[in-house]
Amino acid sequence: MELARKSRPKARTLLAETWQRLSKNKAAMAGLIFVIIITLLALFADIVADYGTKVIQTHPLERLQRPSLQHPFGTDDMGRDLFARVVHGARYSLAFGIVCTLAAMAIGGALGAAAAFFGGAVEAVIMFIADTISCIPGTLLSLSLMAVLGPGLKNLMIAITFGGIPIFTRIIRSIVLGIVRQEYIEAARAAGVSNLRTIFLHVLPNAIGLIIVNFTMNVAGRIMAASALSYIGMGIQPPAPEWGAMLTDALKFLRTDPHVVIFPGMAIVITALSFNLLGDGLSEALDPRLRD
Amino acid sequence: MAKYIAGRILLIAPTLVAVILVIFFILNITPGDTATIILGPSATPEEIAILEHDLKLDRPFFVRFLSYLGDVLRLDFGRSYRNNLPVFDEIFAKFPITLKLALFSVLASMLIGIPVGVISAVRRFSFIDYSLTVAALFMASVPAFFLGLALILIFCLGLGVLPSSGLGAVTSYILPVVTLALPSSALLARMTRASMLETMRQDYIRTAKAKGAGKTRIIFKHALKPALLPVVVVLGSNFAAQLGGSVIVETVFGLPGLGSHILRAIRMKDTPVIMAVAILLAVIFKLVMLLVDVIQVNIDPRLRGRFVKREV
Repeated sequence: MELARKSRPKARTLLAETWQRLSKNKAAMAGLIFVIIITLLALFADIVADYGTKVIQTHPLERLQRPSLQHPFGTDDMGRDLFARVVHGARYSLAFGIVCTLAAMAIGGALGAAAAFFGGAVEAVIMFIADTISCIPGTLLSLSLMAVLGPGLKNLMIAITFGGIPIFTRIIRSIVLGIVRQEYIEAARAAGVSNLRTIFLHVLPNAIGLIIVNFTMNVAGRIMAASALSYIGMGIQPPAPEWGAMLTDALKFLRTDPHVVIFPGMAIVITALSFNLLGDGLSEALDPRLRD
Repeated sequence: MAKYIAGRILLIAPTLVAVILVIFFILNITPGDTATIILGPSATPEEIAILEHDLKLDRPFFVRFLSYLGDVLRLDFGRSYRNNLPVFDEIFAKFPITLKLALFSVLASMLIGIPVGVISAVRRFSFIDYSLTVAALFMASVPAFFLGLALILIFCLGLGVLPSSGLGAVTSYILPVVTLALPSSALLARMTRASMLETMRQDYIRTAKAKGAGKTRIIFKHALKPALLPVVVVLGSNFAAQLGGSVIVETVFGLPGLGSHILRAIRMKDTPVIMAVAILLAVIFKLVMLLVDVIQVNIDPRLRGRFVKREV
């Protein structure tokens, strides 16, 4: 009796199955844990350190101190606590990473899905525009946008989002193309299901796995692109604690006080790496060919 | 084949017009401050108005766009707002530095990325595969400017073996090339691994196995070539991306190439220079992608069949 109950096959959802395989991947789990920690630090940054007094206010007497118990990451050339600044910087990076990727995915995804679903002239026009924008190197495109819009958080987010749109248009188009050719979509169409209903009820749920993978992998890229723009002075401006902007004068301190460079830099690397590990693990976990 | 290539080259034209329109549009989102930037904050409204008239900035957007398009057709790219020199003279003086950076880094990323990807795929789920995967993901997570700074810290300030900035001997290219090559070799390794695994699942590989071909023979004779098809595409787009992405690396290492030139132009809203660089890079991108397709056709007999049929 007991045995029979145990051996009954369990109906596993895709989510449960994916999670089960993801949780076996140590690197991906490390990535997930770091993503959670960084998100919590960003959410509760004000509890960790006060923005006005710790992050912005300068303390000339405490400049360029080495890491110590009082200042775990040391202090910068203005005497500001680097740990406080790095923690608050997570807010910028997560905003760029998550919000800009979501926005780029929503816009690019809608265009790509429309191209794949409707085909014909709609597809031709959308893909011509996406191809045109892909011809312009991403750095040049976002730099030009920043030059025109001017520095600042909102503008940087626009520039970073814009650069991601063509990539997602293409990715989501090919994902949707693969699904639209399936028989169940044909069946839905034959049954007279409306286009919108087909897209949201039949196409999207089947695309969601690949979309999540591409989202996660793209977050790291957006974070690095935003910090690179801030590094060359075209993004977030000092004294705001953006990780790239904190490295703008790095060459000056590289010889004497490398900790000023290493901590913000490693913050970018660890954040990007966490998302990349998670995304890579997800793509393996969701790969239907690996399913047992 | 020649017909196909000619057709593709002709197709660059409409894309170029669209590229010009996009950049032109972006640079004109906020019209009016170009003259202020050139003349400086002390300029009077009259001086600004005169300069705007001289630069035709007071005309409507589409009139300016069409007149610029006409200039481009006559291969006249205008003069830089900054020093009034013809834009292409300067661009061609700076371009070789950036071209060398991009070429060498693509070459280096190939030499690292493809073998790493093949090893990962062949030894799938082994300790080596896991280590190489984590190493590749790590390299893909280091932004170019931080990698550059870290390399300067290690090799110039720590070991003192390589120059950190400026353009002197050949050695001054080493660190910038490595900075560009390492992250892209990481992506290339991931790509090669995935593509190699996909190829190993194909029926013809199973056939080769069934016929008793050895593992080495299967990998190098049967799997590697088709597996490299998508990798060639990545190589091509990497090359184009690095021409544009050189902005960051040239800033870190103080190289006087196209990248630092673009950055200065963008800071000054030097429209003719930005437009010319965008056109140049877009043309190169299109030509490289055409080259990629030609290479693919030469690697893959399945694709070659299509052209033979077309010529008959």
